[in-house]
Amino acid sequence: MAMNKKTKSRIEVTFIYLFLAVMFVLIAYPLLWTVMMSINPGTNMLVTKLLPENPTLEHYKWLFTDPGSDYVIWYKNSLLVAFANAIGSVILTSLVAYAFSRYKFIGKKYGLYMFLLLQMFPALMGMVALYILLSTIGLIDSLAGLTLIYLGGQIPFNAWLVKGYFDTIPKELDEAAKMDGAGHLKIFWTIMLPLAKPILAVVALFNFMAPFMDFLLPRIVLTSPEKYTLALGLFNFINDQFSNNFTRFSAGAILIAVPIALVFLLLQRYLISGLTSGATKG
Amino acid sequence: MAKDDKKAAFDIKQPRNIATLLSVFVPGLGQMFNRRFFKGILLFVIAVSFLMAFWDYIDIGIWGLFTLGTIPREHHSIQLLIQGFISVVVLFFGIAIYIFNVKDARNDAIAREAGRPNPTFFKAMQDFYDRGFPYFMILPGFIMLIFVVVLPLAFMVSLAFTNYNQYNSPPRKLLDWVGFENFVNLVNVDIWQDTFLNVFTWTIVWTVVATTLQIVLGLFLALLVNDKRIKFKRTIRTVLILPWAVPAFVSILIFSALFNPTFGAINRDILSQFGMMIPWLSDPFWAKVALIMIQTWLGFPFVFALFTGVLQSVPADMYEAADVDGGTRFQKFRFITLPHILFATAPLLIMQYAQNFNNFNIIYLFNEGNPAVRGQSAGGTDILISWVYKLTFETNNYNMAAAITIIMGLVISIFAFYQFRKTAAFKEEGRY
Repeated sequence: MAMNKKTKSRIEVTFIYLFLAVMFVLIAYPLLWTVMMSINPGTNMLVTKLLPENPTLEHYKWLFTDPGSDYVIWYKNSLLVAFANAIGSVILTSLVAYAFSRYKFIGKKYGLYMFLLLQMFPALMGMVALYILLSTIGLIDSLAGLTLIYLGGQIPFNAWLVKGYFDTIPKELDEAAKMDGAGHLKIFWTIMLPLAKPILAVVALFNFMAPFMDFLLPRIVLTSPEKYTLALGLFNFINDQFSNNFTRFSAGAILIAVPIALVFLLLQRYLISGLTSGATKG
Repeated sequence: MAKDDKKAAFDIKQPRNIATLLSVFVPGLGQMFNRRFFKGILLFVIAVSFLMAFWDYIDIGIWGLFTLGTIPREHHSIQLLIQGFISVVVLFFGIAIYIFNVKDARNDAIAREAGRPNPTFFKAMQDFYDRGFPYFMILPGFIMLIFVVVLPLAFMVSLAFTNYNQYNSPPRKLLDWVGFENFVNLVNVDIWQDTFLNVFTWTIVWTVVATTLQIVLGLFLALLVNDKRIKFKRTIRTVLILPWAVPAFVSILIFSALFNPTFGAINRDILSQFGMMIPWLSDPFWAKVALIMIQTWLGFPFVFALFTGVLQSVPADMYEAADVDGGTRFQKFRFITLPHILFATAPLLIMQYAQNFNNFNIIYLFNEGNPAVRGQSAGGTDILISWVYKLTFETNNYNMAAAITIIMGLVISIFAFYQFRKTAAFKEEGRY
């Protein structure tokens, strides 16, 4: 009987590993395929091989050295927007979240509901208006305009997230600091911010990565190739002649995906704990 | 009139009423009556400069909002519309300051009646800072939110009630308010009706099937990896989260190439072994199948990571109790695990549905909503949001795009409603 149970358990475990192995293949195949494409010689997709006979780094070199390639400019643009967005959003949202977590004011309750509702509406719904608004203030086709939209758009979701985290910081801490004569900003700066570092890191990371991944907003806001961000640049790169540029696209995509994936894997557990504690505890 | 009668019931000579009335007529005057001169002058200056700076702008803006202009080529309806909305926002701030001014005059007068001395300048500033602090904190975010999110949404909503399309567009022509005509056309005019019905149906099918698949797969994998007998948990989890870590637009474009019938690896390397060729991009059915598979690949890691986190919080004693009672494994899953994790993650799962409902990126990047379908203005795999994009930026049917946007907004509000209820339930329970 005991033996029987053990065998059954072994079979089960084997099946679990088998299933996981299938998942591994499904996950790895597209990714590895892209890596292989990027080291295939030539730019013609029809003659590419999964295992090229003479692998080459020519496409990586092309991205950085060829005068026809704007890749470095796009990378620089993306980094610029990403840094501005990460820093700006941490400041904006932590201020808003602090007010919502610790103070009473007119419209607090409805403000929270408004955030919850607004985070579900994608920016695309207001795209036409954003375009016209940016044109009227002369920020169309500029990275500053793009950053402004990112900064405003991220508030509902992140303010909710950070507020949830602030709520878990015991109020006794700020009461005690208040007794010691600390002002509003001092409490914010010396108690709330240091204790909320994990969630603020998540917000910063998210907003740092967003400009690397978003393609739609840049497509509407940016018109000249030297202003493109990576996602938009790479899309346009293969949009016209898919099969002709794909090997170069692969190389360019890998250079974005690898750093982002690494940072992401390092920090994802903060993200999960932030989401489950922040988004649900209201 | 009624208001005047009510005022008369009070003693008009009472300082609090005098101060209030003075501030109602001239902002800052009530404060000066209270002998709070600095504050009074400041409020007066703010009021005057507000009027000088914005009077014309608001005047034209509100007029424009109602008429959308009267002279073609000279009046630009769209700019007037935007100006109208900005005017409403500015006016709102103006009214807020005005109300503050009236209330403040009254409160100060009441304090004086009670015999409390006026605070010193320094103390007054301190009080103002203390009471205003939360407002200062939210102001920058609030303003950005108004201009980047709320105003554009309001603008889009208003377009649905105009006749703004490629044939009727400013500055050549003026726009008019047309009421619900666009919505009526959407369900009555044949070409719109068919397209709308097809796209709407596919959007719902897409949302339900793709999201449910990614949740089920994520849950299943989380349970498997959570099994005590499985080793190398950390490595397995890292690999399973990979599709989430790679930027989605990169993965989608890669899949778009993989599924390409001429050079894509799926037909060329895999299916050809079985002598099959599937028209992944040109046949609507197969394009839809491909999209759902890709979304499952992209979306399950988030659910997996979420459930993995929550699974560890299920109290172990509940399982021990179930073991004592002789519960089967399925019973333990059905009555302990599932309720626990669904309860803790419901709001986030609802968000997943809402996100897929609006998942523009995958539809557009995979195949731009194609293949084209005869006799309709949307492609075979277009969902509502990608159709709106095409209507806006490709065919300039702004009014119809806006009408569809409103319908999308209504559907999203249903998601939001459930989210509220779940979040509220969670808060009341408050045990996690």
